Amino acid sequence: MVQGWIQIAGTLLIVLLMTPLLGGYIARVFLGEPTRFDRLFCPLERILYQLSGIRAHATMSGWHYIQAVLISNLVMAVLVFITLMLQGVLPLNPTGLGAPTWDTALHTAISFVTNTNQQHYSGETTFSYFSQVVALGFLFFTSAATGIAVAIAFIRGLTGRPLGNFYVDLTLAITRILLPISLVGAVILVAAGTPETLAAPVVVPTLENPNVQQAIALGPVAHFEIIKDLGENGGGFFGINSAHPFENPNGLTNLIQILAMIAIPTSLIYTYGIFANNRKQAWLVYGMVFGIYLVFIAIAAIAEYQGNPAINTLLGSPQPNLEGKEVRFGWAQSVLYAVTTTGTMCGAVNSMHDSFMPLSGAVQLANLFLQIVWGGQGTGTAYLFAYLILAVFVTGLMVGRTPEFLGRKIEKREVVLTSLLILLVHPIFILIPGAITLAFPEQLAGISNPGFHGLSQVIYEYASAAANNGSGFEGLADSQPAPTGLWWNLSTSVSLLAGRYIPIIALVLLADGMSRKPVVPMTTGTLRTDTGLFTGVTAGVILIMGALTFFPVLALGAIAEYFQIAGGI
Amino acid sequence: MSIFYEVIKALRITLVLWVLVAVLYPLVILGVGQIAFPYQANGSLIKNDRGQVLGSALIGQPFTGDRYFHSRPSTTNYSSADPQNDTAGILKTGVSGASNLAPSNPALLDRIRGKADRDPQKAIAGTLSVLQQAGIQPTADLLYTSGSSLDPHITLEAATAQIDRVAKARGLSPSQLETLIVQNVDGRFLGIFGEPGVAVLRLNLALDKVTP
Amino acid sequence: MNIQTKRRSDRKHTPKVQMAGLYTRAVRDAFSKLDPRIAVRNPVMFLVWVGTVVTALVTLDPNLFGPVNEQPNQQRLLNGLITVILFFTVWFANFAEAVAEGRGKAQADSLRATRSDTMARKVLPDGSTQSVPSTALRRGEQVQVRVGEIIPADGEVVSGIASVDESAITGESAPVLKQPGTDIASSVTGGTRVISDELLIRITADPGQGFIDRMIALVEGAERRKTPNEIALTVLLTVLTQVFLIVVATLPPLSQYVNSPTTIAILISLLVALIPTTIGGLLSAIGIAGMDRVAQFNVIATSGRAVEACGDVNTLVLDKTGTITLGNRLADELLPVHGHSLDDLATVALASSIFDETPEGRSIAQLAEKLGAKIDFDPDTAEGIEFSARTRMSGINLPDGIEIRKGAVEAIKGFVRSRGGIATPELDAAYERVSKLGGTPLAVCQGNEVFGVIYLKDIVKPGIKERFDQLRRMGVHTIMLTGDNRITASVIAQEAGVDDFIAEATPEDKIDVIRQEQAQGKLVAMTGDGTNDAPALAQANVGLAMNSGTQAAKEAANMVDLDSDPTKLIDLVTIGKQLLITRGALTTFSLANDIAKYFAIIPTIFSAAGIGSLNIMGLKSPQSAILSALIYNALIIPALIPLALQGVAFRPLTADQLLRRNILIYGLGGVIAPFLAIKLIDLIIPFA
Repeated sequence: MVQGWIQIAGTLLIVLLMTPLLGGYIARVFLGEPTRFDRLFCPLERILYQLSGIRAHATMSGWHYIQAVLISNLVMAVLVFITLMLQGVLPLNPTGLGAPTWDTALHTAISFVTNTNQQHYSGETTFSYFSQVVALGFLFFTSAATGIAVAIAFIRGLTGRPLGNFYVDLTLAITRILLPISLVGAVILVAAGTPETLAAPVVVPTLENPNVQQAIALGPVAHFEIIKDLGENGGGFFGINSAHPFENPNGLTNLIQILAMIAIPTSLIYTYGIFANNRKQAWLVYGMVFGIYLVFIAIAAIAEYQGNPAINTLLGSPQPNLEGKEVRFGWAQSVLYAVTTTGTMCGAVNSMHDSFMPLSGAVQLANLFLQIVWGGQGTGTAYLFAYLILAVFVTGLMVGRTPEFLGRKIEKREVVLTSLLILLVHPIFILIPGAITLAFPEQLAGISNPGFHGLSQVIYEYASAAANNGSGFEGLADSQPAPTGLWWNLSTSVSLLAGRYIPIIALVLLADGMSRKPVVPMTTGTLRTDTGLFTGVTAGVILIMGALTFFPVLALGAIAEYFQIAGGI
Repeated sequence: MSIFYEVIKALRITLVLWVLVAVLYPLVILGVGQIAFPYQANGSLIKNDRGQVLGSALIGQPFTGDRYFHSRPSTTNYSSADPQNDTAGILKTGVSGASNLAPSNPALLDRIRGKADRDPQKAIAGTLSVLQQAGIQPTADLLYTSGSSLDPHITLEAATAQIDRVAKARGLSPSQLETLIVQNVDGRFLGIFGEPGVAVLRLNLALDKVTP
Repeated sequence: MNIQTKRRSDRKHTPKVQMAGLYTRAVRDAFSKLDPRIAVRNPVMFLVWVGTVVTALVTLDPNLFGPVNEQPNQQRLLNGLITVILFFTVWFANFAEAVAEGRGKAQADSLRATRSDTMARKVLPDGSTQSVPSTALRRGEQVQVRVGEIIPADGEVVSGIASVDESAITGESAPVLKQPGTDIASSVTGGTRVISDELLIRITADPGQGFIDRMIALVEGAERRKTPNEIALTVLLTVLTQVFLIVVATLPPLSQYVNSPTTIAILISLLVALIPTTIGGLLSAIGIAGMDRVAQFNVIATSGRAVEACGDVNTLVLDKTGTITLGNRLADELLPVHGHSLDDLATVALASSIFDETPEGRSIAQLAEKLGAKIDFDPDTAEGIEFSARTRMSGINLPDGIEIRKGAVEAIKGFVRSRGGIATPELDAAYERVSKLGGTPLAVCQGNEVFGVIYLKDIVKPGIKERFDQLRRMGVHTIMLTGDNRITASVIAQEAGVDDFIAEATPEDKIDVIRQEQAQGKLVAMTGDGTNDAPALAQANVGLAMNSGTQAAKEAANMVDLDSDPTKLIDLVTIGKQLLITRGALTTFSLANDIAKYFAIIPTIFSAAGIGSLNIMGLKSPQSAILSALIYNALIIPALIPLALQGVAFRPLTADQLLRRNILIYGLGGVIAPFLAIKLIDLIIPFA
């Protein structure tokens, strides 16, 4: 037990140390301040701008920014869809895989362009090396960079700056942040045992029974793996994702992956602090999220450590729940990974969420519902500040002034956009399709675990889609050729798109509007948002407005399952 | 017109970034991997003296007999199949997968505890009784299936619990086995991160070296 | 110390409002507001209204939306009770609004009584008069009003001097003198009565657009538009309602899937419990009551927006005289210079003030006479020189051509220099001495010779320093405007505790300072009465005009103080803040209530799913849990009506202190209160 907590504490300590370094670096990059890598990157960026015809200094208006995001993402998704469908005739296909079904390709293209990487397929049996590296690997970078660009535009707007140029930010996010870290990380991963080869799978006779053969799937995994985590993508090279010993061979790679997942979402809060010239507020908000994160880790850790009572009876002693977990990670690294991946909207898994204890499942679902424990690549930080704006609006009136955030009045437009953003999108695109699916469990759902857990499986799938997470309670028959595959591919595609682009549009409009507002000077009559009290109030608002909405589904799913297990199956 | 212009602009930047991140970047890592770390980059394959591949140091294999340390139960039987009867095409691509059974799923209990049924097709032996028949004190890792179905490790306790049986079958002393186990433990990173595990395939290969 | 209660005791009476019958009328109005065309305006409560109709239907036929397992009669009883509670939830909300409106309506009625159509004597171009109904009068026409008659419409005095009883509007019983020419005293209001002499008046407002008409419309709420904050809050409440609608509407397939089905009436109950009915039901009442509180202060606001803006004000621009100091400065001492004797100075001072009818002028004359001064000329043959803001002096030209002036020291210096005289350091010394005492020095000269300085003593209003301290704590910056010199201004500013001051201010300075503050994003409030204040009143975010002021000032302002007391601006800030706080507090309370309601209802109605252990309140049964939660939900509305109407008690604290205090009361209280109340109701009601 103690050893497990030490691992968790050690990892979190590294995260804390990393935040100001990376956060400060990101701020310098997007504030256009000199960094020590300029000599290396500036010429490269100049070439990129020249080739793609970007005018680096043209800032965009809100709608223009949105247009650029939508059109570029559409172009990327279409090109990737075509690539996937043509996989049969394209090279680097050692296992001779044909094209996937159209709906799988569509869902995959949408899922990856939205930074979700929900996978209704198993990598090694569905996609060729070409499809993975060239098509999906491309979206790993651009979808993450889109998220970072939007977050930076949001922070700029909030702090009264022009939004900037989407294409420039997209390029900078890749050349200055994602690509350099990926290059270093990928080399470490290879050194630690992650394959990077174009060779076909190796088939060997098994040691015990040479008549039975084992197929060892290989591939260019390492370069794919690091950006999978760093970009909060989460789409595994192999079907079983980071539980696969090649994707994640040991404690070192697991540590790198957790740090990669959490690095940018945590740092962006600090980046905000620099933009707003208010590091105190950044650390307070950081502390609040860190607190929720710790509570979630603790709940899941205790649940997994105590294990499954029914099995413990058979074992004769309480032992951790290791169903769907790898020995090299144990309960502690599995829990830390699971809470981090659901919290950061990464969606990579190093253990099977479907087999976690109910309260761990509840924590994972809560992460998806809230989207702020640290939240997705870029968007998480933006959501966090949207919550802050909402908290300012609800409670700010109580100081007897029209609520202000960073000196800008929160009025109808802001309330419309934030409440749409963080209150309405999720219920619509999680609960409604979830209810439809559960109304026809036989025809649509393909649930593999009976009872309360089945309900959680369905809700999890839509929550994962709408939150752009991508992980799953994977027992669900959501992949072709299951008869329910088509429904899942199409219905989650709707949630994926809505969960990604409605918030992005709202965020950019919100930031655009805020940047144009006159700034009201701070007085003692102004509600300070950088105090412990207000941060606590924000936590309350997040709990009541963000989490309570999903109390019924948690009660009927995970919590009911918890009581069921506690009472003996 | 302006939309058309935007699309062209988006296409240009897409293609430029595509070359950068999906062609140049993978090629660089591929090159570094193949030149600097050829063993790891190619799957940490274990070869015998004749250069034949025996398996991967990172991937487990199924072991159920008395002469070997058993590995964890696997839903894909460690991506293995009888080549004569591989209808699912497992050997073509290699697979991974998990049970995805919820803790509340009766099927989980049935799998572990076993379930009698008049129809022998439907009856389940039960992991617990398999272990008990093999004389192994059950531990969690040996009852629960792994996440990847390829888990190369078992816990130290699970290995220790099998010493007597393997020692008897191989005619080795338990202390010899203990030494072998210790030699094949993959420890924590920096002594902190991760859990120590006994690499079953490597341990069993080492066993075969001692008593072929 | 609560500012408002302190003020309330000394404020004048609002014009005869018939409070009797207020509640009877509200009870009746609450029913008529059930009309769906009216109900639909409040989306939150309309949803409850629709829910009531549906539960009424399933009371009549429990199997309407599919068969129900339980016995139909038991089901019918439960559904019936739910229907009744939901009905009262809507009705209570209507009642709250009706009570709030009722006060305004009663006030409007009494105002309307003064407007009863009178006959007016219209003056025709040929000079003859014609009797026409007051409603036929148009702008620009002239009427004659004699003693005892009611002034038929708003207008300006063209000729005549008369006392007018304005108590119908102001509640002030002392008559006001009206005469032409002067800015302030020349405007008359329709509905007031001439009690001496007669006036010729030029009408300035078409029928139905006069001051009283606007007042009636305002207090009655006919022109009530939702304020920006109210609109934003309504948006949030509507979104929350939609969220909970989705949550509840998607529950049946979910609960069906886990074999824990429920009925439509219970789902509607859950929905009503979750949506923000408390604030939704009281929101408009809070707004109306806010306007009403302003009206009770004898201030007429042209819009709710203006009242809200009061709470947001960052800067108060205040005239020194009348607001910070008592209106009348009194001559306290005469300081002769240049070797003139005190008697000489007194004589010249007296001469300079002969035509000065201002209180200051009279006090100078009194002081001079007390010192034995007399005038040695016939005032009728002399020419009075009126004070103007530009020259900043007044005086007299004697029949023999001698010019006597008194005024601001700088102005007199300039005057003397232009006549070939000189200003000496001695004058400056006297000037400084007076200034340092916080007094206003007025120099007096005859021809090119300065005789001395009059010390006008300024008296800072008692208690004003404390008020400014409170404002400072609330983050409101105060700027004092005065025509005084810098030294005097700084002494008064310090004594009164204002943050900033502008000395030797001209009317242009007023609008400049407002623009400067606004350029920094601040909201500015100011008072004014003269026509030359009108642009500044219009420019300010909150402009409070004095009722004694000119029509132009009143039209430019967004508030008019019937008592003409500029200090009220400070009270208005408090009222504005109180309005916003009340709204925020009830919103927070309403949302915080949801935790308890969730924990009351969800575990009990889905107890079949085995989550009964979440019933931490230990409620008796699902039926009792639902009824208890709904009863609480309904009763909390009338329980909070007094708070909504009176507003949350306001304390002049900093924002952080206010937030801490209110979060504790309404946030934490909002979490805890329903747990206790629902449990209590559950224990009381005999429903197993």
